[in-house]
Amino acid sequence: MGDFLQQMVGHINPYYLQILVNIGIGIILALGLNVVTGLTGQLSLGHAAFMSIGAFTSALLTIKLGMPFSINLILTGFITAAVAALIGLPILRLTGDYLAICTLGFAEIVKVVFLNLDITNKALGLSVPAAVTSIPMPVVVWGVVLLTIICVTFIHNSRFGRALMAVRGDEIAAEAMGINVTLYKVQSFALGAFIAGVGGGLYAHFMGYINPSDFGFLKSVDILSMVVLGGLGSITGSVIGATILSAAPEFLRFMASYRMLVYGGLLVCMMIFRPNGLMGNVSFTGLVLRALGRKPHLKTVMEQKISETSRSGNGDT
Amino acid sequence: MFFQQLINGIALGSTYALIALGYTMVYGIITLINFAHGEIYMVGAFVGLFATAVLKVNVFVAMLISMTVCIVLGVLIERIAYRPLRKSSRLSALISAIGVSIFLSTLAQMLFGANAKGYPEGVFPVKQITIGSAEISTLQLLIIAVSAALMIALEFIVHKTKIGKAMRATSEDYNTAALMGINVNMVISFTFALGSALAAAGGVLVGLLFNAVSFNMGLMAGLKAFAAAVLGGIGSIPGAMLGGLLLGVTEVAGVAIGFSSYRDAIAFAILVLVLLVKPTGLLGRKIQKKV
Repeated sequence: MGDFLQQMVGHINPYYLQILVNIGIGIILALGLNVVTGLTGQLSLGHAAFMSIGAFTSALLTIKLGMPFSINLILTGFITAAVAALIGLPILRLTGDYLAICTLGFAEIVKVVFLNLDITNKALGLSVPAAVTSIPMPVVVWGVVLLTIICVTFIHNSRFGRALMAVRGDEIAAEAMGINVTLYKVQSFALGAFIAGVGGGLYAHFMGYINPSDFGFLKSVDILSMVVLGGLGSITGSVIGATILSAAPEFLRFMASYRMLVYGGLLVCMMIFRPNGLMGNVSFTGLVLRALGRKPHLKTVMEQKISETSRSGNGDT
Repeated sequence: MFFQQLINGIALGSTYALIALGYTMVYGIITLINFAHGEIYMVGAFVGLFATAVLKVNVFVAMLISMTVCIVLGVLIERIAYRPLRKSSRLSALISAIGVSIFLSTLAQMLFGANAKGYPEGVFPVKQITIGSAEISTLQLLIIAVSAALMIALEFIVHKTKIGKAMRATSEDYNTAALMGINVNMVISFTFALGSALAAAGGVLVGLLFNAVSFNMGLMAGLKAFAAAVLGGIGSIPGAMLGGLLLGVTEVAGVAIGFSSYRDAIAFAILVLVLLVKPTGLLGRKIQKKV
């Protein structure tokens, strides 16, 4: 199995492979942030910090302990989630932009601390040995992508997911309905961090080199743009947004130095013409059912209604 | 030593305060975090550099030119990137602001190159004045004086003029202000103009202080100024001034104590700590939750 996959991957142009993996990691990170910002409605401007923590934890577990890659990734996820829960407990009491700036501050602090620690090799960054797996890395990354999509979809439709959406809609009303708002917020924060940590671990092992400066404010903004571009709260949207934004810099490469100029302009235009994101107000399941000539399921229609009202509610605060 | 560091801190802090005022005023009126504000400050520094190096004008004239250019830029950005999004969710406007910010910093990199540039020598005569044990440069005095003058002018505009009254009314309640016959669009444009002018002045002053202007200077300064605005209570003008000064002084103190490699983290650590104790910032109004 492993040899066969190795050969398959060997046939793909390494450049395209790199883009594919970047897209995969982008999707993982966007899905993680989507749980926090899209589903629970807590604006985080520091998601890259969790990616950073994940990347360095995973790299150090490999370098210092030589841990097998699969256990390494899971452990990395849990460590990152624990850090997030620890941070989340005090700062998630804040709301709106105060929370946003706090997460931003936290991300900057993480970056500066990693830049000054001996164990993370200060500003030089860490070289990470390639992961020892029988399955090639790109396949691992996409496997994790699929697993994440499945998990997040289940969470969306679960009791837990509905509680998160209730928190997004109206905290006071949610509390009145018996939802422990703080607990759910911290749990969603930890879950988002878990996913980001795993993404960071994959990133570290695929790239082979990590530097704290790679996970700065701009990286957080990148991830947030993916989620908002795709449409807040929409899983399909996050996947599409992450794909477009991870691939865009590569496809704009022919423009050389104009690349980021166009990218910035694109972000503005996208928002002006589609302010709720590409997949905002569009239900993927509904689309598929309609294409098959069946009426959309009542539950999907209701969910769409709910997400619409809560979104317009969000706009007012 | 203490006095010396205090002056250093106040000089740095007043530039933060100048930028923070732009954030806080815009936020107060349309609750938008204007992420492009840091880039306006960067553009201000470059225009000042251009005016002094190429047009060979006096520092004060350069500052005026830079403020004028940035006023136009700020109003233009609002018209193009934010006005169409005023009715949609705040996050969309935030992403749009981030897009503008990426656009401007890349543009600056293409136009001026990636290297930091310094202001021409002798553009402002720097002399050291010794007061007691402290040495204060005339440059620091200039920064403190200009900042103070601009802030007093701002207070005057906001509290004593008709447009200032309209600004306060709009920030109190956008819809009611519009019903009372206030031209809300005009007020918002004016707010962006004011904020951009202050940021431009800050840019020129910082360019002189550190003698380095680069395309990416807007990011960190913008983040710190935003932190200052939140620290003081976002939406509050005196809060932004207080927050900026406080951040400047603590940052300089932190470096003096020996945390120089943690310099950029100090501002944010203070911010997080203050918010945990006082969730709406130092002078922020308490938001009443309604059911």
